[in-house]
Amino acid sequence: MEEFRYLPHVSTLRLDESLCSGCGSCTLVCPHGVMAMNGRKVQVVDHDGCMECGACMNNCPTGAINLSPGVGCAAFIIKSWLKGKEGASCGTG
Amino acid sequence: MTEKNQSTLACCSPRENPAGLELMNRTLPMFTPPNEDGEVCCGPKQGPRSNLFEKPGYRIQSYVEDFITTPLGPVPKIKTRLDRRDLLGSFGVRVGFGRNDYKVAPGLYALGRPDSDSIVLVTANYKLSFDTLRKEMADMNAWLLVLDTRGINVWCAAGKKNFSSEEVISQVKNTNLEKIVSHRKLILPQLSATGVSALQVKKGCGFEVIWGPIRARDIKAFLSARYQADKSMRLVTFTLSERLVLTPVEGTQVIKPLLLVLLIMFILSGIGPGIFSLTDLWHRGLIAAVSVMLGVVSGMFFTPVLLPWVPFRSFSLKGAVTGLFFGLVLISLYFHPMNLLSSLALLLLIVTLSSYLAMNFTGSTPYTSPSGVEKEMRRAIPWQSAAAILGLIIWVVSAFIHPFI
Repeated sequence: MEEFRYLPHVSTLRLDESLCSGCGSCTLVCPHGVMAMNGRKVQVVDHDGCMECGACMNNCPTGAINLSPGVGCAAFIIKSWLKGKEGASCGTG
Repeated sequence: MTEKNQSTLACCSPRENPAGLELMNRTLPMFTPPNEDGEVCCGPKQGPRSNLFEKPGYRIQSYVEDFITTPLGPVPKIKTRLDRRDLLGSFGVRVGFGRNDYKVAPGLYALGRPDSDSIVLVTANYKLSFDTLRKEMADMNAWLLVLDTRGINVWCAAGKKNFSSEEVISQVKNTNLEKIVSHRKLILPQLSATGVSALQVKKGCGFEVIWGPIRARDIKAFLSARYQADKSMRLVTFTLSERLVLTPVEGTQVIKPLLLVLLIMFILSGIGPGIFSLTDLWHRGLIAAVSVMLGVVSGMFFTPVLLPWVPFRSFSLKGAVTGLFFGLVLISLYFHPMNLLSSLALLLLIVTLSSYLAMNFTGSTPYTSPSGVEKEMRRAIPWQSAAAILGLIIWVVSAFIHPFI
C-alpha cells in the first residue's frame, strides 16, 4: 500500500533468517507485501508496511517470524487500557 | 381449459415452488394440486404449498433456490443473484442497522451443481461476506463452507480468532465434507490467515489450505489461473469508495455520546454574567452545537474521505488539520457576532473533536498497526484532553468578558 503509510519504525515484526525454510507461505498471506523471496529464503522488504496482523507468523512452519499481533484500533486499545487485553473488543462486537 | 378457468386458477393457486412440486409428485403420486378443476374460491389469494424441504421450526431462506441431493442428505443451493431483500439488508448494515445480527447459518451450501470433484470455498457467516461471495460465483459449480464467525466478516473474525483453524476443522467434520468431495483441498480467503494456520488445518482434518484472493471479485480469475493470484489480488487497498462506505456506521456509533456532549455544551453556554440565562443557552448554545457537529463531521467524514491528501501520518494530526481548516471556515463566517475569545474556544473544540474521532478511525483502516496506534494515542490523548478542557474553560470565561457571544 504505497499511498497509505503509517508511523515508521514501530512494527514488532522480526524475521530470523536462519530459521527460514524458504517455503514462501508468508509472502502469500501478507496483505501488504512486506515479505518477498530472496533466493532460497524470505526477506523483509517493507518493514514499515507491516500492520502486525500476524498472518505470517501464524503460517510460518518453522517459527522464523515473530511479532506481537493485534488490531490497530484506537477503541480496542482504550478498552484494553481500561479492562486489560482480555476484556477488550473493537467496536461493539 | 377455458380462459376463465385459467384466471380462477391464477387466483386460487399462485405459482407453486417448482422444485417442491416436482418432488411432491414423485413422492406422492396420488397428490393433485388444489383447484385444478377450476373451482371458484373466496378470500385473498392463497400462497404456494409448503416446499417439502421445509421443516417444523425452520424457515427456508430467500437466498436458497433449491436443494441438491448428496449421499449425506439435501444441501441448500443458493442464488448467485442478490435480490431486493439482500440489497436492503446490505444497506441497513452499512448504516448501522441490525449489524450485530446479520448472519447466515453456518454449514455447507451449494453454488450451481457441484459434484465430488468441485472446489470448496470457505467463508464467514456475516451475510454481507456471504452475499459478496455468492454474487461473484455466478455460473460456477462449487461447495461453500460457511463457518460460524458470529456474524463477523472474514478479516475481523480472523483477528478475533473466530475464523480460526479450529473452526475450519470443526465445520469440515460437522458437514462430513470428506464424504462429499473426493479431493482434500479448501480455498480460504487470504485475509483469514490471521486466524487460520494452514498447517493446523491439514493436521486437524487432512484438508490442504489454498489461499484465495483477498477480494471475492478476483475469485474467478484466481480459479481460471489454476489457483495463482497475481500480486494485486494479494494486497489490500483502501480506495475512496472503500473509505466512504465505512463512514455511516462510524457516525451511528457516536450518536449517544454526541447527544450528551451537545447537552453539556448547551448548559455551559447558558452560564454568564447573569449566572444562568436561557437566552444565552439558546444563542451561544446553538453556535457551540454547530461547532461540535462540525468537529464530528470533520473527524468522522472529511478526514477519512480526504485521508491520502491530508498531511501527516498519524490520524490524530490528520484530524486536527482537517478540523483546523473547517473551524477557521466556520469562524470566518460567524466572526461578526463572535469575539476573539469565543472563536478561540470553539476552534479548540472543533480541532480536538476532529482529532479524537479521526484517531478512532484507525480501527476501520486496513493498514494501521497496533504498535503504531498505541504510540500515537499515548502522544495525542494528553494534548486532546488539555485542548478540550482549555476550550471549555475559555468558552465559559468569554461569556463573562464579552456579554454577547
